[in-house]
Amino acid sequence: MDSPLVIGNREFSCRLFVGTGKLPSSRLLPEIVKASGTQMITVALRRVNLSRPEENILSYIPEGVVVLPNTSGARNAEEAVRISRLAREAGCGNFVKIEIIHEMDYLMPDNEETIKATAILAKEGFVVLPYVMPDLIVAQKLVDAGAAAVMPLGSPIGSHRGLRTRDLIAMLIEKIDLPIVVDAGIGKPSHAAEAMEMGADAVLVNTAIATSVDPVAAARAFSLAVEAGRISYLTQKQQETLYAQASSPLSGLLSEEKL
Amino acid sequence: MKATEAFLPWLDFDIDGFVSRVTEKDVERVLEKEVLGYQDFLCLLSPVASRFLEKMAICSQQLTAKHFGRAILLFAPLYLADYCQNACVYCGFRVMNRFPRKKLSLEEIQRNGEILAEKGFRHILLLTGDAPAVTPVSYLEEAMSILSPMFDSLAVEVYPMTVEEYQKLRLVGLDGLTIYQETYDRKVYAEVHPSGPKRDFFWRLGTPERGAQAGLRWVTIGALYGLANPLHDAFWTAMHLMTLKKYYPEVEWGVSLPRMNPAEGDFVQKYNLPDKQFVQFLLAFRIFFPTVGITLSTRERPEMRDILIPLGVTKVSAESHTEVGGYAEHQEQVPQFEVADKRSVEEIKSVISSKGFDPVFKDWVRMA
Repeated sequence: MDSPLVIGNREFSCRLFVGTGKLPSSRLLPEIVKASGTQMITVALRRVNLSRPEENILSYIPEGVVVLPNTSGARNAEEAVRISRLAREAGCGNFVKIEIIHEMDYLMPDNEETIKATAILAKEGFVVLPYVMPDLIVAQKLVDAGAAAVMPLGSPIGSHRGLRTRDLIAMLIEKIDLPIVVDAGIGKPSHAAEAMEMGADAVLVNTAIATSVDPVAAARAFSLAVEAGRISYLTQKQQETLYAQASSPLSGLLSEEKL
Repeated sequence: MKATEAFLPWLDFDIDGFVSRVTEKDVERVLEKEVLGYQDFLCLLSPVASRFLEKMAICSQQLTAKHFGRAILLFAPLYLADYCQNACVYCGFRVMNRFPRKKLSLEEIQRNGEILAEKGFRHILLLTGDAPAVTPVSYLEEAMSILSPMFDSLAVEVYPMTVEEYQKLRLVGLDGLTIYQETYDRKVYAEVHPSGPKRDFFWRLGTPERGAQAGLRWVTIGALYGLANPLHDAFWTAMHLMTLKKYYPEVEWGVSLPRMNPAEGDFVQKYNLPDKQFVQFLLAFRIFFPTVGITLSTRERPEMRDILIPLGVTKVSAESHTEVGGYAEHQEQVPQFEVADKRSVEEIKSVISSKGFDPVFKDWVRMA
């Protein structure tokens, strides 16, 4: 029996979070939510257009689903803080994903600025989910800064390369006492299952769903993969080993009863 | 000016010599690669690569979806003034063209802004001719102060400025810059810019870098196809972009491939960029620069724009007026060039949606 994932006093039974940045139409969102069961949707505040309801992505997010605005476009902590405050003023709630990038080819997050922004925003009552390059020391500093979760990248945004940072993420899963949400690079449901199977608490998928030929079906596939990975994690907690281990152990043959 | 200096040696590169040696096998190899070098880009520009248009289109489409998703940003140009002190032989605004010149008053700027905002635009590009005495930086400051509350992004396509001037405009809402070198062929550049401050090839060449140094968020560059050998200009544009990206990775760099349209005057084009080659060049840019924005203007015909939208473009202008104050004024001003796609914003939106893309009006949040 699994317990729900808790981030910022909100409980999530579905461990798939969905991004919206690259969707062909916001109108698909209700169907994506239905197909995936997702309870958290990220939106880039830079895309939120409050002046026209039909073009405002927020109006397509079903009630009860947590909106996670991100600070896409921020190049330093100061900008990320300002965008977060604007998001709260715009009615997006107090969850925020910190995304600070100032290199446009690989979109690598700036961990140092992210720690700074996290500290400021956590003090202001935000539920802060920082997107970072996986680094144990950085993650520990984020814990101290008041982060509500840590979002390490699997590989560069939109690259579909899967968990190229697997060993680094494993360190966070083992040592960090916050939910670990693997973000970026998850290109296939099998990548999502892999992240969950190794013990991640949730995954965030954007490009792979949004740019699929059928985003609704893709959302369903990712949801199933996340669930499978989670069940596998809960039931298969075994160490890998170089040596074979007999499925019918010899020790059974040598038990006292049989001697 | 590190990037500009690093770019200069490319102006002496033997482009024709290289292209003459490109084979089909070379192009096939390039299309299998993930990270391309300048030779690979030249292979894609070569006449031989025109036989691989379909493959290039698929590659371009996939890369664009991966990096930009299915979203196309819509923006509108707003011409503030048509005064100009240059004699560019190809431009309707050139100094010797006799027509009643106009500069929008602050009230007219407000009115045009309101009309564009009403149409749904959140990103606009402000344009003037090159006449700093008539439209000084202080005038642009005033214009932006009026427009910035109405829009999320203000960019300029005006005369080249200093770093300090761009910084000054940033304080009132400027976040982007478009600047075309027109042609990178220095000989042709001198011929088509016979007088005026625009004659200074190198001052113009350094403009995108000065914009980046001023902290502008996005900068778009390009050549105007029809002035010089298109293949040469495409290559030099890419090399310019490549060096700028290297030195200023934090900037959202963009490229546009405007083709010459009829303008006031009697300029006869010596060069032409036919449709098929234009598409090839656009695809080559996307494949070489997977993360760079590509703008498509209303200079292109509707049918051409419709074909290109799903192939690699990320920004399109819509319902553009290239005459001063064209959105609110009833008097007929001379346009800078003829707009080929005169469809309404709603029509463009519906075309974008019908192709499985999301027409986006807002892609930045104003923080000032």
